[in-house]
Amino acid sequence: MEEKEKKDIFESVWSFLASVKLAIGVFIIIAFSSIIGTIVEQQAEPAKNIALLAKFFGDSAAPSVYNVFAKLGFMDMYRSWWFVSFLIIFSINLIVCTIDKFPKTWRLVKNPLRPLPENVLKTLPVKKEIKFKTHINTAKDEFVNILNSSRYKFLESNEENSVQLYSQKGKFARFGFYIVHVSIILILIGAIIGSRFGFGGFLNLPEGQISDMAFAQDGKTIPLGFSILCNWYDTKYYEGTDTPMKFQSELTVIDNGKEVMKKTIEVNTPLKYKGITFFQSSYGMIPNAVGTFILDITPNGGQTTTLQLRPGGSFEIPGTGIRGTVVNFLPALTQDRNTGALVSYADNMVNPGVAIQFSIPGMQPFTGWVLKRYPETGALPGGHLIKFADYHGVEYTGLQVSKDPGVMFIYIGSILMAIGLFVAFFISHKKIWINLAHESQGGKGPVRVTVGGNTSRNRLAFEKEIEHILSKASEAIEGRSKK
Amino acid sequence: MSSSLFFDISAGAYIAGMIVYVIYLVTKSKTVGLAATSVTIFGFVCQTIAFLTRWSHSYDFWVASNPTSGLVESLLRAAPLRNLYESLIFFVWSLIVIHLLIEFKYKNRSLGAFVTPVAALALLFIDISGTTKEIQPLMPALQSNWLLFHVLLAFLGYAAFGVSFGAATAYIIMITESRKEKTYIFWSIIIGIFLVVLIAMGMDFLSLSAEERKELIQSHFLKTTFRSDSGGVAAASYVIGIAAIYLIWQFGLGLKKVLGSLAVTPQMLEDIEYKSIAIGFPLFTIGGLIMGAIWANSAWGKYWSWDPKETWSLITWFVYALYIHARFVAGWRGKRVAILAVVGFVAVIFTYLGVNLVLSGLHSYGSG
Ligand code: HEM
Repeated sequence: MEEKEKKDIFESVWSFLASVKLAIGVFIIIAFSSIIGTIVEQQAEPAKNIALLAKFFGDSAAPSVYNVFAKLGFMDMYRSWWFVSFLIIFSINLIVCTIDKFPKTWRLVKNPLRPLPENVLKTLPVKKEIKFKTHINTAKDEFVNILNSSRYKFLESNEENSVQLYSQKGKFARFGFYIVHVSIILILIGAIIGSRFGFGGFLNLPEGQISDMAFAQDGKTIPLGFSILCNWYDTKYYEGTDTPMKFQSELTVIDNGKEVMKKTIEVNTPLKYKGITFFQSSYGMIPNAVGTFILDITPNGGQTTTLQLRPGGSFEIPGTGIRGTVVNFLPALTQDRNTGALVSYADNMVNPGVAIQFSIPGMQPFTGWVLKRYPETGALPGGHLIKFADYHGVEYTGLQVSKDPGVMFIYIGSILMAIGLFVAFFISHKKIWINLAHESQGGKGPVRVTVGGNTSRNRLAFEKEIEHILSKASEAIEGRSKK
Repeated sequence: MSSSLFFDISAGAYIAGMIVYVIYLVTKSKTVGLAATSVTIFGFVCQTIAFLTRWSHSYDFWVASNPTSGLVESLLRAAPLRNLYESLIFFVWSLIVIHLLIEFKYKNRSLGAFVTPVAALALLFIDISGTTKEIQPLMPALQSNWLLFHVLLAFLGYAAFGVSFGAATAYIIMITESRKEKTYIFWSIIIGIFLVVLIAMGMDFLSLSAEERKELIQSHFLKTTFRSDSGGVAAASYVIGIAAIYLIWQFGLGLKKVLGSLAVTPQMLEDIEYKSIAIGFPLFTIGGLIMGAIWANSAWGKYWSWDPKETWSLITWFVYALYIHARFVAGWRGKRVAILAVVGFVAVIFTYLGVNLVLSGLHSYGSG
């Protein structure tokens, strides 16, 4: 008695957990509660959200409303215990439903199709009847041809006065929804693995410097297990505008004292080494940094040489007697509209320029600005060229550093989901029974063809398909009898 | 030839098409129906030309700044699907493709009267929202093939959802017996809000100078009416808005007779409503959610970060998943699922526009 009761409770809990009612409820709850997190800014400073709440509840009530909301976990909602619980219920629902329903589907697909008595055919969702004045074998041959050409797998059963062809196509379409469900489970597993065994951090690495760790959001250090060197950082602009086209840095990986990898990364093309990925995510100037000017110098018709100069440094263009001294630098050079003075209009290197004081034999010394983005500014009298290649060591590259061992699951899950959706929505499992019988005993009289079928989806199209099969058959049979 | 001329012609043709479809609903004349279809096809051809012209301009633009980029890469980077303006144009184009396919498949023109307004409203929205129409340089994060396919498939999905919305609203009208039915009241409110907001935006548009129009969405949205500085104007706007909804509720049912006399059956509408979702759901899942996540992962190293845009697309996905389970597993039919199809599309609009319009007004999310 007690045994049975226990079993009943277990069964009803099980069927509740497998039910579509629970699924619908969970869909509604997750969809609605997710909205909160899109209104209240997540993981923000309290002041921001208090200001937001003041718009709805007034200034005086806002702080206490905030406290209630914070207790409810709204400020970091997607990680709050109750939201995570919904996600867990959602996963359990999905898993239990799959375990519960799968054996039935498996049997449905596994069990061989059986011939059906003629009177049962007439009860199927799609049915048709037609008569031909021909021999039963002739008619059968034509139907066999048609089924073959539409790629139905069929079997044949013979009785005294009748033949039945029974066939099916697209059995595996029954698994489409399972594939989708399993893919969702895989993606959730991937997300859990990622949050358990992975990390997300950042690293602001100045040009020319090296680091063997990154930093988590809370400031904790994350050892990398190898070192990463930033050779240079550079922003490229669309010609004639200040709209960035590319953020780039060149990184070198040093493992066990050896250089093992060198790559120029951009947004959308990260560097990956030993499971850790470095993404280009920001950049900036290092406060008060003094760097090195890199100048490419080409005397008229001569060889190009590359120079590295500190501020105040001097150089000579080989074989010309022209001397230059670096006297000034501005990161974003422009001319002030009112005063005409040269000023910087941004802190970043949007339009870097170096001022060089030249002394050219037979001329007054003068100062000229050479701009990195406008190479024509480096043309000197006499056809000599100075190219401002870089001011190195004053910028840092902002790297997002992450390790996510779960991402494979996400990718596999995604591919499976795409396949599953395709199978579920665009393939149907169709079964057709075609029964052929002579009207009267002894193989006499016209042949009566009864067709019945069912499909897992899109019945209208299936009805058309059956009509098409019949009209093709009657065309072929009539064609034969004329011969 | 300038692409915007062809865009303007196609916009005019769609709006004319909408009017002719409605005349067709009223007169039931075959000639008028043929005219409606022809005008729409003409608009479609113009829009296709405009789309290709714009692609070619933006190709030249890209190649000018990136001379080393290969042919295929340049074509992909130049695909005109890169900002609000271009993606809305593509949405309208997809909507019309799907609409024409349905018209030929079902041999019934009546749905045109419900789908072309969605297209016309989107075009009107594009115009009065003042979104920039210039070909813009492509920001570094957007230079990704994933992003391109993400936008392409997601918008095809949105267009399919738009068709199911049109079919579901027509369906609700057809099965309504009396104005007191809750479904019909819901219908009146949704359709009313659509129209009222659009008219209010039109008034913003008319009250602004050409310079200010560019900022309509960011700084002047509904400022002439509902969000007016003058309390009286704002209150009057609400009164008029509610009156408009009341009028729609009062007279909307007239459409039922018209549809009924055009051999539109509720079964047909339900079929279109479901089939569009069956096409839209896989496209949106693969394009919108999966490719979006893959792109985010390749650009920022995080495939999911619960930002409002991502969260809203997840909400949209849940609404349509709900539709599918309700219909196939729980066996819901008729009104109940039609409401889900309407709610689903409202979620689509919110995902695409509301996140930028409403939520970014609340605090300073990027315009992403
Ligand atoms: C979002 C996550 C999902 C959850 C939590 C979920 C959950 C469930 C549950 C619990 C059931 C069992 C209901 C029952 O048979 O009584 C079910 C069935 C089903 N689901 Fe989902 N599902 C999800 C996504 C999907 C998607 C995306 C599709 C569409 C492709 C889908 C299609 C189906 C179908 C067709 C069934 C019926 C299967 C059968 O009974 O043989 N599901 N789902």
